[in-house]
Amino acid sequence: MQPTNDQRLWMYRQMVTSRHLEERIETLYMEGKTPVFNMAKGPIPGEMHLSNGQEPCAVGVCAHLNAEDIVVATHRPHHIAVAKGVDLNAMVAEIFGKATGLSGGRGGHMHLFDAAVNFSCSGIIGESLGPAAGAALSRKMQGKPGVAVAFLGEGAANQGVFHEALNLAAVWKLPVVFVIEDNAWGISVAKQASTAVPRNDVRASGYNMPGVHVADNDVEGVFAAAGTAIARARDGQGPTLIEIETSRLAGHFMGDGEDYRPEGEKAGLQSRDPIPRYRQQLLEAGLLDEAADTRLVGEAHERVEAAIRFAQESDFLPPEAALETVFV
Amino acid sequence: MNTATGSRKLTIARAMAEATAQEMRQDPTVFVMGEDVGPLGGVFGNTRGLYDEFGAERIRDTPISETAFIGAAVGAASDGMRPIVELMFVDFFGVCMDAIYNMMAKNTYFSGGKVKVPMVLMTSTGGGYSDGGQHSQCLYGTFAHLPGMKVVVPSNAYDAKGLMTAAIRDDNPVVFMYHKSLQGMGWLGTEKGATVATPEEPYTVEIGKAAVVKEGRDLTLVSLGAGVHHCLRAAKALGEEGVDVEVVDLRSLVPLDRETVRASVAKTGRLIVVDEDYHSYGVSGEIIASVAEHDPACLKAAPRRVAYPDIPIPFAPTMEQWALPNADKIVDAFHQMMTQ
Repeated sequence: MQPTNDQRLWMYRQMVTSRHLEERIETLYMEGKTPVFNMAKGPIPGEMHLSNGQEPCAVGVCAHLNAEDIVVATHRPHHIAVAKGVDLNAMVAEIFGKATGLSGGRGGHMHLFDAAVNFSCSGIIGESLGPAAGAALSRKMQGKPGVAVAFLGEGAANQGVFHEALNLAAVWKLPVVFVIEDNAWGISVAKQASTAVPRNDVRASGYNMPGVHVADNDVEGVFAAAGTAIARARDGQGPTLIEIETSRLAGHFMGDGEDYRPEGEKAGLQSRDPIPRYRQQLLEAGLLDEAADTRLVGEAHERVEAAIRFAQESDFLPPEAALETVFV
Repeated sequence: MNTATGSRKLTIARAMAEATAQEMRQDPTVFVMGEDVGPLGGVFGNTRGLYDEFGAERIRDTPISETAFIGAAVGAASDGMRPIVELMFVDFFGVCMDAIYNMMAKNTYFSGGKVKVPMVLMTSTGGGYSDGGQHSQCLYGTFAHLPGMKVVVPSNAYDAKGLMTAAIRDDNPVVFMYHKSLQGMGWLGTEKGATVATPEEPYTVEIGKAAVVKEGRDLTLVSLGAGVHHCLRAAKALGEEGVDVEVVDLRSLVPLDRETVRASVAKTGRLIVVDEDYHSYGVSGEIIASVAEHDPACLKAAPRRVAYPDIPIPFAPTMEQWALPNADKIVDAFHQMMTQ
């Protein structure tokens, strides 16, 4: 399955948008956190998990999705939220904890909910699988269109819920796709030190569903694999497991010294940064020239800057608003 | 109450099934999933007959995968369905609590109230039949402690039907904790007082409202579930001694009807809380605190509690029955209160 030219440019634009957002968050996050790093300080307190390098997973999957389709993402959600079409202003405001944020600052960067595009995420490893399977069940029972996608990291494939949810989805033939972003590291523990199989896609055979592997963080490889899996789900043929070999170009969270990485690994990954690679691919295919690229990147950056301004200029809710929305 | 059916008595199991069936008939988004809820009708009888009427699609037997199917219920509820999901024994929460308290209970809050999670988690509680320490717990306090989920505990079939209907219609997650000894399943022993007149037509019992099930002037007994029946027996025994006992059935733990408890104790001045859940850090402490922090002057004596000791539940009947609350212990607690 090949993307159209429009899809190629859409994927590139989303990747550029997401990366610029992460780079701006990185800078803003460090405000108030130097010279002494204190996670509670600055305009963006708390943990921050940046998605730099994992953009191909998000855009290659979401290129096939509409607003009605469901995505449940991970604790590292920004690239997926951008690609799913989450309201960028409200998302960035939520990351800042502001009143105009998706949930008025009650969630934060690991708990982004945008019902308008059926996006959610959560902070605990493996939590995406059950709700995605359930949303898929809901669509199947209601006879409503739409598929569900659960994103998870390779570390989540060692959680019990991974095995329970894959089995459940297969037994009930649910319209759901499980997408593993394999960035090779569960915080500081390497995949080969934690996982009994070199590739998690082989685990699909234990649950009687197709398992697909995408090598080398390849945008169009993700697009092709996801396209087949999502079409299969839409057609009522049940779930698919995809594992994407991706790269985490940042630490697990900001403040991570990454001393556990082998010498030279980071530099190697950065030299294979998927965004310049895809840009080159598009330039060579004649879909972009330097001027068009400059324009596209400029527009993407301005969108992010506008969202950041929106967040910065927004107020916080009064603290006692914390008591609201426990129940509806 | 319908006069034609006003004297029809149901067990709690049948009341739960009837409420579920009635809601399923008028709302296509309501469905049931859990272990053995289908043709078997639930290990504790609360889905009996539903499979025959609604079929395998809406009365859905699951794999033994509580983490997956309770997580799936959260996803389905967030997508417009109203799942009723069964955790067969509350003791099993250990394998799936993340889906319950980190997702079911928190997603509405995390979304600023924009994502509703209208689901019912029904689960059996209680022991007394020598099922050992992993099949006999109540854990009321454990669930009620964690914010974001309503918790109800019926003591009789009338309340069970009304609370179940209310729970299904509620836009929030509701944990429906039913005590095995009240279910009307012969093999579990049956508390006769739980099988009461229950109207056929649908009705709700408001979640968050306690009931004064017996009025009195001298002593307030506060309990829930099976404990209410111990209290009623104790009230009868104390009545023969001339003590006029009031019994409050909490019915809901979240929201907790502190007002009804306080009003009762303001009248009687004496409080004993009866709870089959563990003694410490639980419902009994919360009830006493609710009174003490509001108006300690209303208390004529130090409050007492008759609760399960802080021990795992033993198997041997001699040990288990020794540890459980009962009417005699409540009467003793009152006598001790009066001699201090």
